[in-house]
This record gives sequence, C-alpha cells and structure tokens, in this order.
Amino acid sequence: MGIEQFIFYFFALVMVASATMVITVRNPVQAALFLVLTFFSCAIIWMVLEAEFLAIVLVLVYVGAVMVLFLFVVMMLDINIDRMREGFIRYLPFGVLVGLLMAGMLISVVGSVNFGLDKFAEPARHAADYNNTRELGLVLYTKYVYPFEIAAVILLVAIVAAIALTLRRRPTTKYQKPEEQIAVKRDDRIRLVSMNSEKKK
Amino acid sequence: MFEWVETIFSSLPQGVQTMTFIIMKIVAITLPLMLCVAYLTYAERKVISYMQVRLGPNRVGPKGWLQPIADAVKLMFKEIIIPTGSNKYLFLISPVLAIAPALAAWAVIPFDDGMALADVNAGLLYVLAVMSVGVYGVIIAGWSSNSKYALLGAMRSAAQIVSYEIAMGFALVGVLLAAGSLNLGDIVRAQSGSVVHWFWLPLFPLFIIYFIAGLAETNRAPFDVSEGESEIVAGFHVEYSGMAFAVFFLAEYANMILISALASIMFLGGWLSPLQGILPESVLAVPVLGDVLGSGIHWLLLKTAFILFFFLWMRATFPRYRYDQIMRLGWKVFIPITIVWLLVVGLLVLAEVGPWWNAV
Repeated sequence: MGIEQFIFYFFALVMVASATMVITVRNPVQAALFLVLTFFSCAIIWMVLEAEFLAIVLVLVYVGAVMVLFLFVVMMLDINIDRMREGFIRYLPFGVLVGLLMAGMLISVVGSVNFGLDKFAEPARHAADYNNTRELGLVLYTKYVYPFEIAAVILLVAIVAAIALTLRRRPTTKYQKPEEQIAVKRDDRIRLVSMNSEKKK
Repeated sequence: MFEWVETIFSSLPQGVQTMTFIIMKIVAITLPLMLCVAYLTYAERKVISYMQVRLGPNRVGPKGWLQPIADAVKLMFKEIIIPTGSNKYLFLISPVLAIAPALAAWAVIPFDDGMALADVNAGLLYVLAVMSVGVYGVIIAGWSSNSKYALLGAMRSAAQIVSYEIAMGFALVGVLLAAGSLNLGDIVRAQSGSVVHWFWLPLFPLFIIYFIAGLAETNRAPFDVSEGESEIVAGFHVEYSGMAFAVFFLAEYANMILISALASIMFLGGWLSPLQGILPESVLAVPVLGDVLGSGIHWLLLKTAFILFFFLWMRATFPRYRYDQIMRLGWKVFIPITIVWLLVVGLLVLAEVGPWWNAV
C-alpha cells in the first residue's frame, strides 16, 4: 500500500466515523466539532485528488467561518438532552426505514452499476507545476463568466435580504457617532455668559 | 566520521528517507520558533518596561536573560487543574487546537529563495485557511471550561477574529493581485528591485490594515478585550493552569511571529536586501560583506523583528478599545477601505504603473 492509498483509506475512515458521530453523539457542541473533523478529512481527500484549491477553500469557508458561527449558536442554546432522547424508541422503526430507503437510493445511483471502475478511465496525472487555482480561475472567468457572476449576484441579494429582514431600528437606542464626536468644536459645548456678580442678601 | 550513519541511511527505503528529511526540516523550523517565542516574551517585558521607565526582569541570569527559561520551568511543574463540570476531553484538546495551526502555517513560509518546507502554489490561501482554524482553540477552551468568564471571553474573541479575518483576507487579495501569484516565494520575487519596489508603497493602506487586523487576530492590545483583565479576568483561558496555559501563551506568540513574518514577506520584500539596486554588483561579490549586505534569510528575520517591535510598541502605547468600537472599526472602516484600494490596485496593474508593474 503506497502512501497515497494509506492517506486515502485513513482519512476516508476518519470521515465516515466522524460523520456517524455527528448524528449519534448526544452533546450538540461535540456533534458540531465532529462535523468539523468530517470537513477536514474531506478536504484532505480532495487534496489527494489534486483539487487543492477546493480543499483549501473548504477549510477556509466551512471550517473557518461557517462552523464557527454554527458553534456560536449551538453554544448559546440551552438544549435539554433528556427531552431530546424521549421517544427515541417510538420513532426508531420509522427512522430505520427512512435510513434504509436513503441508503438504497444512494447505492443504486452512485453504486458500481453507474460509477464502477470499468466505466471511467483512470484520471491523468498532472505535472508538478500544474496550478489548480490558476486553471480554475481561467475557466471561471472566461468560459463560465456569466454563470459565475450571476451566482455572485444571487449571493449578494441573499446577503442584503438577510440583513434587511433581521435589521430592527429601535428609536430608543442611542448610537455613538464618532465623526460628530471628532468634529465637535469648543463653541458647541461651551457658552460664556457675562453677568453681574450677585450680592449677598 | 559519519560514514556509518550515511551507509545506514542510504540502506533505508526511499519513502523513509524522504520522511526523515521532512521531519528534520520540521524540527529545524519549530525549535528555533519556540526559542523565539520564549525570548519574545522577554523582549516584550523589557521593551515595555523601558518605555515605562522601569527595568523589567533583571534577576534571573545576567540582565535577566534566563527569565523565560525560569518561567517555562515554573509552568511545566505546575499542576493542570481540570474544573469539575468541564468537558474533560475538549478542555485538554483545545490548547492543542490553538497551537497546531500557529505551527502548521510555517510550512509554506519561504525563508530564502526556495528555502521553504513546502513550496506550494496556493501558499497564501493555505496560510489564510490554517489561520482561520486557530479560532477553534479559543472557542472550545471557553466553552469546555464551564465558566461564565471563559465563555464570554471566547465569544468576544471569536467574533473579533471572524470579523477581522475578512479585512485581512481582502488585504491579502490586494497582495495577490499585485504579485499575480498565490505562491509566497513568487510574491517576494515580484518585489525584487529596490526598497520602492516592495509592495508596502503601492499597497500602503492594505499594509496598515493588515498589521492592525493582525493585532486583532492575535488578540493583542489594544484589541485584547477577549482577556480584558478588568472586565472578564483573563477571558477564555481563565481556567487553565500550568502547561495547558503555557500552550495557549505559546500559540499567541507564535501567531504574532507568524503574522510579522507574513507581513515582511508580503509587504517588505521578504528575504530581499533593502540595499538591492543601490549597491553595485562588485560589492556583492566580496566574500563576507556581500553575503551580509546581499539578500538572505537574515533580512527576513530583521524585518520580522522590526514588525514584532511594533506589536510591543502598540501594547505599551494604546488603551484598550471598547468592544463595539472594535466591531465598528473592522466592519465599517477597514472593509470599505480595502475594497476601494483593491479597485485602485486593479487599475494600477491594468495601467502598468511603474516601477512595480511595468517590467513585463
């Protein structure tokens, strides 16, 4: 077994094991952390497939940003684990049925009938100076430039919509305005009044 | 003398030989780094104390030189107390999660022309990705301690790190736009010429923003609200003691050194000598003088030390930011500036403005 095969089998095993843990472990924070581990081993498998840009971006976006926010929310929630375990036995047969159905469908689609080794030629090895990032960029900004830009605009719309939906302007809240604080002049704050001194009665 | 070592070594299989070389390189990077971290703490205490007209550590060894060693020994022999009600495994694994990215990012740093552990072509992206993983150490430490102060500190610092990562990422996009490459070695090579060829000049706003975002990323003063002593005791590592605390400490300082090294690679010409383009070729041919004045690893170390000094200077100078002002600075000031400057850099590159982009 070469080092590449070893890396593949090792991280594939880690990935499947941690993905199983995501749905079986009781503590939600631990489940989120196992999901992080799943992403991480997935990134390494992509790296073995010479897709280093995707692998690094997976770590950067999903592990570095999305899962951090996810953990944030999960940590803040006060989840009662006992209540979640109620009815486990009751729903078990139905859950197993759905699971088996899903697994059967997945196997029938991605199984060896459609994706067997004999259906595909072995992917060609790239030379050592092959730059995955550059190739992706070239294709994205020439051949697929319109779909790419449209996807970007859709994401932008989603961001604007999410902010617009959640932004509440409360008139009672006092905001600091640093630009006004900096621009303040002496005359805005001080008023000199001339008056006669008062006499003691 | 070492012939027998050589014969044993060459009889090993090829894979084992490569592995041995890689591990030796890793040790050659990590050990000096750890020593640098130890003496950075000494330098920090000395620099700040001289700025505040004090003497600083001066009792252990001549002029206090052995102080960091004494501190390390003290921390090693202290007991690691695991709080009751804490999540034990996560509590113990989070220091590891904090320091691993701080060390892993050094794999792609080029110390000299071609002198990097892994000369990968997506080096900059790799550094960004690895540094973004570092936040897990903080979050998990805060959560698993089962302490309110720790959780609040972790929340503050995680939100801060995630927001400043965007400004930092944009600053790095400017660099890769200017250099036309993600490979850190190519980025340095794109700056060769003279001091004005380095990217600090055309990317000056990005350089400043990168440095300030670096301060915020490493939770250094004036952005150290995550461990603000007067508000939340010591933030996310309040429950840690002994070596577990020391590992967090190591991670913070290793991150500082990493950010300084990256800043000097991306904006200050990395290993390139500042005298390049000024000195005639004949001087560089002189045996010792030429090596010292010419490009080499010592210039990278000097530039890194220079930026590290700024880190310490900032800490001695500025009072702590308020939390909402940190967020305002990150989101409403830095991100717009970087986006505008990205546009400017793009136009400069398109117009082939000299002396940076007219060579081709």
